[in-house]
Amino acid sequence: MRIFDPHIHMTSRTTDDYEAMYAAGVRAVVEPAFWMGQPRTSPESFYDYFDALLGWEPYRAAQFGIQHFCTIALNPKEANDPRCRPVLDELPRYLAKDRVVAVGEIGYDSMTPEEDEALAVQLQFAIEQGLPALVHTPHRDKATGTRRTLDVVKESGIAPELVVLDHLNELTVGMVLDSGCWAGFSIYPKTKMSEDRMVTILQDHGTERVLVNSAADWGSSDPLKTRKAADAMLASGFDDDAVDRVLWRNPVAFYGQSGRLELDEPKPDEESSFQGNSIRRGGA
Amino acid sequence: MAFTGLPRSTPPDPRTALAGHPPDAPAHAWLDEAVARITDRPAAIGALFPAARRRCGHARLDEHWTVDEAARAVLITALPLEGEPLAGELAGLFRHGDPAEQRAVLKALPLLDDTPDALAGEHPGDHGRLGDRALPLVREALRGNDSSLIEAALGPYGAARLPDGEYRQAVLKCVFYEIPLDRIAGLDVRADDELARMLADFAHERVAAGRDVPPDIWPVVRAFPVLDTFTDLLTAETHAAAPDRREAALRALKALREATALTAEPEEEA
Repeated sequence: MRIFDPHIHMTSRTTDDYEAMYAAGVRAVVEPAFWMGQPRTSPESFYDYFDALLGWEPYRAAQFGIQHFCTIALNPKEANDPRCRPVLDELPRYLAKDRVVAVGEIGYDSMTPEEDEALAVQLQFAIEQGLPALVHTPHRDKATGTRRTLDVVKESGIAPELVVLDHLNELTVGMVLDSGCWAGFSIYPKTKMSEDRMVTILQDHGTERVLVNSAADWGSSDPLKTRKAADAMLASGFDDDAVDRVLWRNPVAFYGQSGRLELDEPKPDEESSFQGNSIRRGGA
Repeated sequence: MAFTGLPRSTPPDPRTALAGHPPDAPAHAWLDEAVARITDRPAAIGALFPAARRRCGHARLDEHWTVDEAARAVLITALPLEGEPLAGELAGLFRHGDPAEQRAVLKALPLLDDTPDALAGEHPGDHGRLGDRALPLVREALRGNDSSLIEAALGPYGAARLPDGEYRQAVLKCVFYEIPLDRIAGLDVRADDELARMLADFAHERVAAGRDVPPDIWPVVRAFPVLDTFTDLLTAETHAAAPDRREAALRALKALREATALTAEPEEEA
């Protein structure tokens, strides 16, 4: 089984996770830029974070046979902090980089005017650079937030097939698929969505334009949720082709729209390093 | 000796190098368009510079340039800026650049440093489009661990403008990182008594540890007065108690004698 996790925050995960993910079939991941659990207070912190998403983390992933791509954005939560706003000015530099396959995570957290502006500006960046957009939907007042997000997406002029709305549930999936956007689901141990509920949604809505991710991060989460969702699909009668479609071909099709998704087997080795630093112990 | 004039090895013109590359119409068209946009609005380089590798390729063109480096150098030389604004734009490209982008910035620096030797007078830092203003980038690369960046930082720009102490430390760092010294600029004019002393001390440490000494330091050591005391020291080491140490001393002494003095027969630069 080959798995592409279209949304996972590997920066927060250990090398044991990489090993377990590889063993479970994960061969490619997309790591969206998001907040880090503790607020950042200056643009420079973001630039170092972006540099790590583009440099250190792909190197680390490759050592475990996994290809790592990322999405770059000023996330909605921190878009509310005026100290972080200047990040928007430098984003086009980062969005132009080879391993950036979408603008994201953008969207709403508390639906403030600041979030409105950041979302609109970053959707324009996606249009300018021909990139897809990964849009986070808010945890609070989700249905209203999702509806409002769809309105802003429509107003922006970006093609709906270039947009995924993520963290959906039973109440928001219908409006998103009807809009022509992609529907993303984050399978979490306790919140958001479980693998069994995911199977029911797939039975009700089909496998087209659906992305399933673990969204694993620094919180209580599980980087093997993609595999567990695949197993749940098989157990309830979906065939191998349906599983491959949801967990590999769909994310490849979505992020492939960037023109930058170069999938080739990474070759772990004992010699390589990133900027002279390696994950081996006892060396640099 | 803060400014030594342009070292003789200025890099090949990146446009010429790219012209010799098998024609790839979309890549050339993209590059021409990018140059036009940067000429019109310098800040446009921010989102064009990272895309150059994807748009133009990354094959090796010659000893100095890969395609992406040459293409990025073309973008940099298209900047219609000088002085502080030019340095500011370069600092942004370097700050937000991945290692390949940072390497391209460093390799392009000599192309912006068009100070004729005759102008290298009392305040050489003010001369040229750029002056000393990109030295912070050179220093940042030299502080890091990426040997390709360290090597690029010691191109003609850094080699001409780093103060003596920093240049010597950088050369020693190259020796530690096993960067062949013939790949860095300025050694023929900047090697001095103190650098030779530092390299001789380094060689002595290696010998005392029973280890081999990289052969490319010998021409520098040979060309300066430290040679005599160092030869005596190595000779004494050949009587050391530890066999490894004696053998390392014998090997070093042999290599030292075989080495040709760098300054005795200066090579013609290509």
